[in-house]
Amino acid sequence: MRTQHANTARTAWLIVGGLLAAMLLFAGCGSSSDSSSNGEELQKLGKGEGSLSLISWAGYVEPEWTKPFEQKTGCKVNDKTAGTSDEMVQLMRSGQYDGVSASGNASARLVDGGDVAPVNVGLVPNYKTIFADLKNQPYNTFDGVHYGIPHGRGANLLMWNTGDVKPAPKSWSVILDPKEAAKYKGRISAYDDPIYIADAAVYLKAHQPDLGIESPYELNEEQFEAAVNLLKEQRPNVGEYWSEAAKQISAFAGGDSVVGTTWQYQYFELKGDSKPVAASPASQGFLPEEGATGWSDTWMISSSAKHPNCMYMWMNWIVSPQANAEVAEFFGEAPAQEKACEHTANPNFCSEYHAEEPAFWKRVYYWQTPLADCGNGESDCKDYNDWVQAWTSIKG
Amino acid sequence: MNEAVIPKRSVGHRLAGLFQGRPRVQVGALLAGPIGWLVIGYLGSLAVLLIAAFWTVDPLSGEVVRGLSFENFELLYNEPVYRTIIGRTVLIAALVTVTDAVLAFPIAFYMAKVASRRGKAILVVAVLLPLWSSYLVKVYSWRTMLSAGGVINWALEPFGLSGPGFGETAVWLVMSYLWLPYMILPIYAGLERIPNSLISASEDLGASPFTTFRRVILPLSFPAVVAGSIFTFALTLGDYITPRLVSNDQFIGNVIFNNISNNLPFASALALVPIVVMIAYLMVARKLGAFEHI
Repeated sequence: MRTQHANTARTAWLIVGGLLAAMLLFAGCGSSSDSSSNGEELQKLGKGEGSLSLISWAGYVEPEWTKPFEQKTGCKVNDKTAGTSDEMVQLMRSGQYDGVSASGNASARLVDGGDVAPVNVGLVPNYKTIFADLKNQPYNTFDGVHYGIPHGRGANLLMWNTGDVKPAPKSWSVILDPKEAAKYKGRISAYDDPIYIADAAVYLKAHQPDLGIESPYELNEEQFEAAVNLLKEQRPNVGEYWSEAAKQISAFAGGDSVVGTTWQYQYFELKGDSKPVAASPASQGFLPEEGATGWSDTWMISSSAKHPNCMYMWMNWIVSPQANAEVAEFFGEAPAQEKACEHTANPNFCSEYHAEEPAFWKRVYYWQTPLADCGNGESDCKDYNDWVQAWTSIKG
Repeated sequence: MNEAVIPKRSVGHRLAGLFQGRPRVQVGALLAGPIGWLVIGYLGSLAVLLIAAFWTVDPLSGEVVRGLSFENFELLYNEPVYRTIIGRTVLIAALVTVTDAVLAFPIAFYMAKVASRRGKAILVVAVLLPLWSSYLVKVYSWRTMLSAGGVINWALEPFGLSGPGFGETAVWLVMSYLWLPYMILPIYAGLERIPNSLISASEDLGASPFTTFRRVILPLSFPAVVAGSIFTFALTLGDYITPRLVSNDQFIGNVIFNNISNNLPFASALALVPIVVMIAYLMVARKLGAFEHI
């Protein structure tokens, strides 16, 4: 009985070992086929394929402007929302989606990885009237090749509960200065993503000029360390790190968080629920005094899109004056389409959101992928990998 | 005139002929699918995971460099934060397992030995019922209950107490709740198999109820407890959504998730940690006799 048992066990191990060896061999020679296959851009728009699957930020693909699109083109839209840029990159790499509303901290990675294809802007008639300062930017155009259609832009907000946080804060110091933040210990809300380190860098750029920070995404060792240490000091005061919009909404609604960084989407949802929240007012340009990180999003098409025609129709639709106005007002961001300003329900929307003022956007630092090569020719900046590692140790 | 009609044999018939009297071919054809799936889909992906852990990411291009390097493991070992995270994950997994075992045993015992036939059926349904609703719904409900203005704080307030809030305690609570059925069912099945006559015999021989429990029931049902603990331990070890929703603490799964898009090799190296922990756990479980009756 015992020997038989041992024999079976040995046979089992032999089989497993042999199989593993075979798999190793297989993996060793067969896995290099996924390297970049930057698809050709589409030359001619064909008929819609009847379906379209998208990855988007919450609030970008809503029935109000998606239903008319479906009726017009026959492309049935399936949308998946993502909470962070990392999630978007992961989802895109699955190759199952046609397109994504990528922010600047995802776009470079998607292009490098060959996950997205160049966009023939000639097939997107509405591209012509997109604001000039959104075109040919380092996060949507690579080596002179267009990789997407700008969607809209905005700044990350400082939001607070008007009942608990008095007086109304004008600076990020309310959550980043260790002394001030201690006042709201355990009730501060911070974004759960390595890119949040840039928020600390924006703060340091204003408050510690001797660090010499230029761009919050191009940080050398010393600057990076200072930003990381600031966030480590913030850690005990943070009540919650959020990555899903729904999570932060429930935290502010339930009173767990009273002040923190947010997106317009959560702010409007909470406002709509008549919760006592406020964000930097228009008189301050919606920004705390240091400026803020922000985003400039781009619709990109997957290099393995199964419905490329529908995706091109979508890219043209979402920057058409009416639809772009609707999405911009719904989400609370500046539209990318010049003509959208004539279609907003609130006639002052574009001036309130500074859509037509390039000077305003100089204070907003759009998300970018941190790279080692930060333009000074020395490759001594911290790359995104370092940011991820540091983020893990900040959260502990 | 009488042409003999030779019936044409159908493909099915000929195929059946191929298998007739050849038991090895029969078994082989039956098992080829599942075994192929197990080997390619399961062991294959594990093997790729193992290999990927030795790769690195080129810091400039972000491309995966295929080669042999121990860089990832060095980082895992040298950076104290990863040891903290691994320790936290294993500790919570162990706590959840013990909690569930303690909670599940009396319930399972009542179901197996005390309840009437009808009561037993109702209890089995009651234990299975939570598994019918979505995992996310359950975690979000706990999130609402645990929040500052939630029902737990409301119920404790009259006594001058407050709930645990979000954090490690919350993770422990929610995980214990989530995986409880996975502990009850194996223990219930194990207790069912203990003949009542053994318990009667123990009583007849003068053992007190406590001695009967300690000397008869517990040793006989112990393998079932260990089997249940494998579920609760492994499920806690791998979960990353619950910690994200009810705490700020990072578990192994969260760090894997954070690294997957930009540093797959490091994520793979980290993914080996729960595998190693589980292998060690299963070996101990085997020593304790958890697999003897399978």
